[in-house]
Amino acid sequence: MTAAAVPAASPASTGEQSGVRLARSRRNAELSLLLLAMVLVAAYAAMVEAKALDTVTPDFWIPAAALGLVFLGLHLVIRWLAPYADPALLPAVALLNGIGVGFLRRYDLAQAAPADRADLAIFAGTGGRQLAWTLAAVVLAAGLLAILRDHRTLSRYAYTLGLAGIVLVMIPAVLPGRFSEINGAKLWIRIGGFSIQPGEFAKLALLTFFAYYLVRKREVLSLASRRVLGIDFPRGRDLGPVLVVWLVSLLVLVFEKDLGTSLLYFGMFVVTLYIATERVSWLLIGLLLFFGGAYLAYVLGSTVGGPFANFYDRAQIWLDPFAEPYDRGYQLVQGLLTLGTGGLFGAGPGGGQPTLLPEVQTDFIFAGIGEEIGLFGLSALLVVYLLIVERGLRAALAVRDSFGKLLAGGLAFTLGLQVFVIVGGISKLIPLTGQTTPFLSAGGSSLMANWLLIAVLLRVSDGARRPVTGGGGPAARPAGGPPEQLHGAPTEVIRP
Amino acid sequence: MNAPLRRVGVVVMVLFGLLFANLNWIQAYKADEYRTSDYNGRVQVAEYDRKRGNIEVGGTAYALSKETGGELKYQRTYPGGKTYAHVLGWKPVNGGASGIERIENDFLAGTSDALIANRIKDMFTGDETGGGNVLLTLSKRAQETAYKQLNDNQVGATKGAAIAIDPRTGAVQALVSMPSFDPNPLASHDSTEADRAYNALEKDKDRPLANRALSEVLPPGSTFKIVMAAAALENGIGQQTQIPAGPSYTAPGAGVPIKNAAPSICPQSQVTLREAVTKSCNTGFAQLGVRLGADKVKEKARQFGFEQEDLTVGQNGDGGLPVAASRTGDMQNPDGGTDPAALAQSSIGQNNVRMTPLQGALIAAAVANDGSQMRPYLVKQLLGPDRTTVYDAAKPRELRRPVSSQVSADLRSMMQNVVKEGTGERAAIDGYVVGGKTGTAQSGPDTPDHGWFIGFALDKDGTPLSAVCVELEQAGSGGSAEAARIAGRIMAAAIADSGRR
Repeated sequence: MTAAAVPAASPASTGEQSGVRLARSRRNAELSLLLLAMVLVAAYAAMVEAKALDTVTPDFWIPAAALGLVFLGLHLVIRWLAPYADPALLPAVALLNGIGVGFLRRYDLAQAAPADRADLAIFAGTGGRQLAWTLAAVVLAAGLLAILRDHRTLSRYAYTLGLAGIVLVMIPAVLPGRFSEINGAKLWIRIGGFSIQPGEFAKLALLTFFAYYLVRKREVLSLASRRVLGIDFPRGRDLGPVLVVWLVSLLVLVFEKDLGTSLLYFGMFVVTLYIATERVSWLLIGLLLFFGGAYLAYVLGSTVGGPFANFYDRAQIWLDPFAEPYDRGYQLVQGLLTLGTGGLFGAGPGGGQPTLLPEVQTDFIFAGIGEEIGLFGLSALLVVYLLIVERGLRAALAVRDSFGKLLAGGLAFTLGLQVFVIVGGISKLIPLTGQTTPFLSAGGSSLMANWLLIAVLLRVSDGARRPVTGGGGPAARPAGGPPEQLHGAPTEVIRP
Repeated sequence: MNAPLRRVGVVVMVLFGLLFANLNWIQAYKADEYRTSDYNGRVQVAEYDRKRGNIEVGGTAYALSKETGGELKYQRTYPGGKTYAHVLGWKPVNGGASGIERIENDFLAGTSDALIANRIKDMFTGDETGGGNVLLTLSKRAQETAYKQLNDNQVGATKGAAIAIDPRTGAVQALVSMPSFDPNPLASHDSTEADRAYNALEKDKDRPLANRALSEVLPPGSTFKIVMAAAALENGIGQQTQIPAGPSYTAPGAGVPIKNAAPSICPQSQVTLREAVTKSCNTGFAQLGVRLGADKVKEKARQFGFEQEDLTVGQNGDGGLPVAASRTGDMQNPDGGTDPAALAQSSIGQNNVRMTPLQGALIAAAVANDGSQMRPYLVKQLLGPDRTTVYDAAKPRELRRPVSSQVSADLRSMMQNVVKEGTGERAAIDGYVVGGKTGTAQSGPDTPDHGWFIGFALDKDGTPLSAVCVELEQAGSGGSAEAARIAGRIMAAAIADSGRR
């Protein structure tokens, strides 16, 4: 299986990279890292059983092996369809995903009656469902790699995706609460016993649109400016789209009662705008608008109440969760206590009491894991996340087209920002908002959307590292050839 | 676009650095505080590894731990149910305990300093010696009589309280609050069931979780006349001194005249102090208050224990269940000048005078115990896990001395007369000397009156055996007579349990 996928290493010029680089696919490195990750996941499962059951059952390795098979399948697809993709992304994500499934299975053990614990079926409970969702998500990711042979194809559907993104964001807001509200946040579409979080997918669609729009407008946005205090500020009329996105974010904040999603969308937009224009002024304007908006919502929440009350409540809880430890502050207080109980080294996998923490399988999974693996383990998880984000940004640096740069850069940053929002939320760094922890939290929507995000990053990194004079894939362009053009982009007119 | 991309990479690293720093703060710096926080359910789970000690009354355990075989090794159960609920409290899996379960938590759990030797021994033997046992002062018969009589009261009151104490020591013989609750579901290991039970009790508008005997302050009505009589006796008025009375009295500046409960009560213009106490003459005491002045009335009440904010009932030392402060309230104009209307009303236990049932019992106890008021307590003894080592035994101590021996003798005599031929006749116990004072207090313009009785029982030699206060909230007509009857039954049960009958 290796012979076909490992092409002869040939030096190739890589467009804007000046040096000469070996264009090796590094697929074998990916495979060994993946195996290492799965060994860690199996070891984690064994430690959980040893602590929680006082014995390691003969089939402790089955979930890890099932996951390993799924990821191995994706690995093969990558060998076939994206041979030059970044080799660190899949193993890193697989490790997080595996730990997530392992912890959820551990949570099922804690919830099961002591007699039933030893023979918990592989697809039973939250952990089993998460395993099934992982399979679905990985199949989806592989499908995207298969359909999308060149990331620039995405730009053809930018407006469709942009519209779809806005619709997905808006659906929960306009649906009646009983179809959309869970734990006070209107982020869901609930039909029967089934619920999906459209915002997770909207994130991807909107970012694709932003990247396309900004590539087309970047000249205007970056060149036409007024200089104040040494910083270039954009013209009033160019502020239009930024203000629209800001307004939509605020509407999300107010009507979906969700600060996290709002912060995520807005941060995503401002950062892609900054990358596109290279103008610091956009960052300043963005930060001012966001914090101004949040402060306004806080003030309105304390005086007017109504739709702003939820945000005010959350800010109050954040400022002093111990003021109402059994009431409004309960979740956050229990999250902090769980983290604190874990301490430096944690109680060991299987040694904690995750049942004492509400929402431990979703929003608070990071705290639940933290109780068992301690500060050291959590730091390691943060490093894995950081690795994924920085690898994504690296793909953005290396890829040659502007759209790819914005897409990969924006997606990688969004992933990092989401981790910051939720982990910061449960550890009282920022007000708590209901976000999922990528690849860890139980839930199909989040898992599928984030695996799709990884598929896009894999595709962009493949395009970035593919030797230009190599196999003649769709991404390959003769070096020094005419600059690639984005689909549908007319000749850019630079207006003074 | 590569420069901003690199900067975004730095921004992400800074954000993750913040997360890392914050996790250090929580998991390293604050870890110990969070690990042992009262709100941390894990602390309780660890506690369930060791058998919690019993809380016992008269040799019977009314709070005990049974082995479950589950993750939480012991289930706390309360065989006494509603009868002992307010004294014992309960120990929930999540959250803090209440009642004796709270104030003696460390000893029951085995974590108190006194039991440190057991913990060290366990470290070497690998055993888990259980927690210590708490023995209460309660009298089983008095407690059960109080619970049953209060809840079966013949005037249909749904809220009230009763407390009986031994006047010589302050040992609480009975403590009941109505309505009561069953602590067993609250201690359930099923947190949903425990939460549901708690929320239902918490929402109940009759507040069954409140310990009314210690925390409910209500206008004491005529029971306050004992304080007034004490003030009078100390200011040159004797039992036989004639004081102004009459069918009606309007204080200077008052809109509404003060009347007596019935036209047959002290209609003459003057009665003796003794007669005024016996028949509960409102007009007499209202005028007495105006004559004595607000300062003297308030000072006397304070000497009996009003205004004390830090009294606790429970342990032998200073700890225990908190007791609400009883208040005399404003009897003067805002400028400090005399307000005869308020003073007159306050003198008959209305206006802003408020009293806890415990305070009522303390007044009666001081009168019975020759003017010496003993500090009330519930814990008789702390007994080690081996049931032989006594860690702490009650040492009764005087709280205060509100009245002299002579004044207390006069008050006793007048209160005995109340039971002999006055309003408190139903409190009488065959073969014992019983004294007391009834009270009927207006609760509001359209709500039924509260019924009160405070009293004491002495043996033939004059040794005080029991002091009691019974309060029936919004009991309406006949409330105070019913309170007197219940008080008599409780004291009789306490005496019987102490082997005096």
